[in-house]
Amino acid sequence: MPTLTRHLLHAGGIALWFMLLALPLLAVRVDTLHNVVEWRWGNLLWVGAGAFVLTLLWRSMAAWRQRPSKEPAALATAAGRLLDEPRLYRPAVGLLLGAALLLPWLVDTYQTNIMGLALIFVVLGLGLNITVGLAGLLDLGYIAFFAVGAYCYALLNTRFGLGFWACLPLGGLAGAVCGLLLGFPILRLRGDYLAIVTLGFGSIARIVIENWENVTGGAQGIAGVARPGLFGLELSLAGMTIYLYYLLLALVAVTAFVTRRLQHSRIGRAWVALREDEIACAAMGVDVARTKLSAYAFGAFWAGLVGVIFAARNTYINPNSFTFMESALVLSIVVLGGMGSIVGVVLAALVLVLLPEYLRAVAEYRMLVFGAVMVLMMIIRPQGLIIARRKRYRAREAA
Amino acid sequence: MDALLDIRGVIMDFGGLRAVDGVSLQVFPGEIVALIGPNGAGKTTLFNCMTGIYRPSGGEIRIDPTGKAGRRIDGLPPHRITALGLARTFQNIRLFNGMTALENVMLGHHCRTTTGLLGAIVHGPAARRQEQATIAAAYAMLERVGLAPYADEVAGNLSYGAQRRLEIARALATAPSLLLLDEPAAGMNPQETFELDELIVRIRDEHKVAILLIEHDMRLVMNISDRIYVLEYGKSIACGTPLEIRGNPRVIEAYLGEDGHA
Ligand SMILES: Nc1ncnc2c1ncn2[C@@H]1O[C@H](COP(=O)(O)OP(=O)(O)OP(=O)(O)O)[C@@H](O)[C@H]1O
Ligand SMILES: [Mg+2]
Repeated sequence: MPTLTRHLLHAGGIALWFMLLALPLLAVRVDTLHNVVEWRWGNLLWVGAGAFVLTLLWRSMAAWRQRPSKEPAALATAAGRLLDEPRLYRPAVGLLLGAALLLPWLVDTYQTNIMGLALIFVVLGLGLNITVGLAGLLDLGYIAFFAVGAYCYALLNTRFGLGFWACLPLGGLAGAVCGLLLGFPILRLRGDYLAIVTLGFGSIARIVIENWENVTGGAQGIAGVARPGLFGLELSLAGMTIYLYYLLLALVAVTAFVTRRLQHSRIGRAWVALREDEIACAAMGVDVARTKLSAYAFGAFWAGLVGVIFAARNTYINPNSFTFMESALVLSIVVLGGMGSIVGVVLAALVLVLLPEYLRAVAEYRMLVFGAVMVLMMIIRPQGLIIARRKRYRAREAA
Repeated sequence: MDALLDIRGVIMDFGGLRAVDGVSLQVFPGEIVALIGPNGAGKTTLFNCMTGIYRPSGGEIRIDPTGKAGRRIDGLPPHRITALGLARTFQNIRLFNGMTALENVMLGHHCRTTTGLLGAIVHGPAARRQEQATIAAAYAMLERVGLAPYADEVAGNLSYGAQRRLEIARALATAPSLLLLDEPAAGMNPQETFELDELIVRIRDEHKVAILLIEHDMRLVMNISDRIYVLEYGKSIACGTPLEIRGNPRVIEAYLGEDGHA
């Protein structure tokens, strides 16, 4: 087969090229002790073999992607139908929820704790999904709202002794207000400018937290934040972990439910229309400024809410939990999940948070693997794991 | 009878370029008025001034949907103008490509409905009723322009002619008293254009809207317009019935200077 030989030749060429490049680095070693040059041909062979295999893999994958196949499309429509049909997805969601409810009793405290962390990022992903996924407004400083919620609770609790349940709505509200405050100055910005300004906002929030020492405790953060109460019951550490897990699970369920309701409502359609074409949206009678602000505020609301839980869960917060890395992670969750798709975002959050946790065994390489997974995803499925499908509306005959 | 739309001496400058230069124009209720002129005459720019996408550098634009008191609309934001009863389509189609045809039309209802964030989340009887009414009205509108079979089709996948009609349906869903159409026949095949004549007249009659349209297709313009305005280099050079315009030497000259218009 001529294509096969071409592939092999190409891969061979690339392998040779890599061996040449790697020659000085990996093959030659000057042993200064004995003043001799050591040749490590074995290393070079490994490089060549690796490059050869990877190139072949790459090329066959490229060919596979170009082939006009029906199979992935069929798979996608099947999955889409599953998500479309209430009779099918309702039991599926019920089953998943049941499994999630049972989980803490099947695994140990450590695992439950990690799952809790993943759920925090699920909520963050769903929140940012409203701003970025639905309304198409880029936000690179989203984690700042999370910080606002966390510090809101930490301060109110340690200074004024306010309880968790009183602070939960306050944290959400504080997040939403900050979302509005961010929204106003950037109403007219688009694309790159929006990226820069939101990035700046994220950094400013962090710098303020770090330097406003007599309020936020600066880099030392705030310790001794109270855990959430449960009707005055004393919970063991394991019990508290499970309690927090259920709390987060409930919040995920609420967030997903509310997002779903909104997605297929007058406001949700306006958000999507805004993403599709701002000028047409305005010309069709949508108040663009209001719609944008509502998307920012509502996305930020969830971050504030889950920020409160985060502070209560850790009992200690400091600025290091709210860096650009976290913002980038949440954004990756939305992009990887498929912009605007709830199921996709949940899946992506679980993958992106749990993967690095379970890759701790190969600690040095985990960021590398993480990066590779992201790059592969962008190549194989740039639209994200799940493509958000539009709802089919049915007119009910008014009898 | 008072004019539904009253434009007086509108000027639009882009830096040193005066794209619209003191144009005055009236549309009366129930009329179909055409705005014609060579490429770059400033027709689309005038539409953009009327719909709030540009703020005119000078002049006045008023609309008077109720026939009682005119309202100045130049400088208002687009959504306010749409709420006051002016709807439009775009020369370079601007549909929400990722949304279905039905959703596109449903979005047109946005300014006539009220369900907010809380209403949508609670999804109570009032919100449900409103949503159902929106769906039913959007279906009816799609039927009117012959797109009902494509209701669930993503707008970006529709044929060019269908997209143009979908834009009209979407604009009509805002319940306007004046509909602005920017080259509705562009990109349509002769058969579709032919059907468009009838559609525009039918829309005028059934929805009781006045129509102001920009069009290069002279057959369509001459067929359905009650009056025609001619623009050249941003200035209004003639106005009259199709018969008057056809015989107007300045118009003929303006058009002969340009080759290849349809
Ligand atoms: N936003 C803008 N900035 C600068 N110049 C503009 C802008 N919009 C339009 N123009 C200029 O104004 C003039 C009129 O443009 P306009 O689009 O209104 O013409 P038109 O009559 O609609 O032409 P066509 O029949 O080709 O659609 C053109 O010279 C155009 O280049
Ligand atoms: Mg034009």
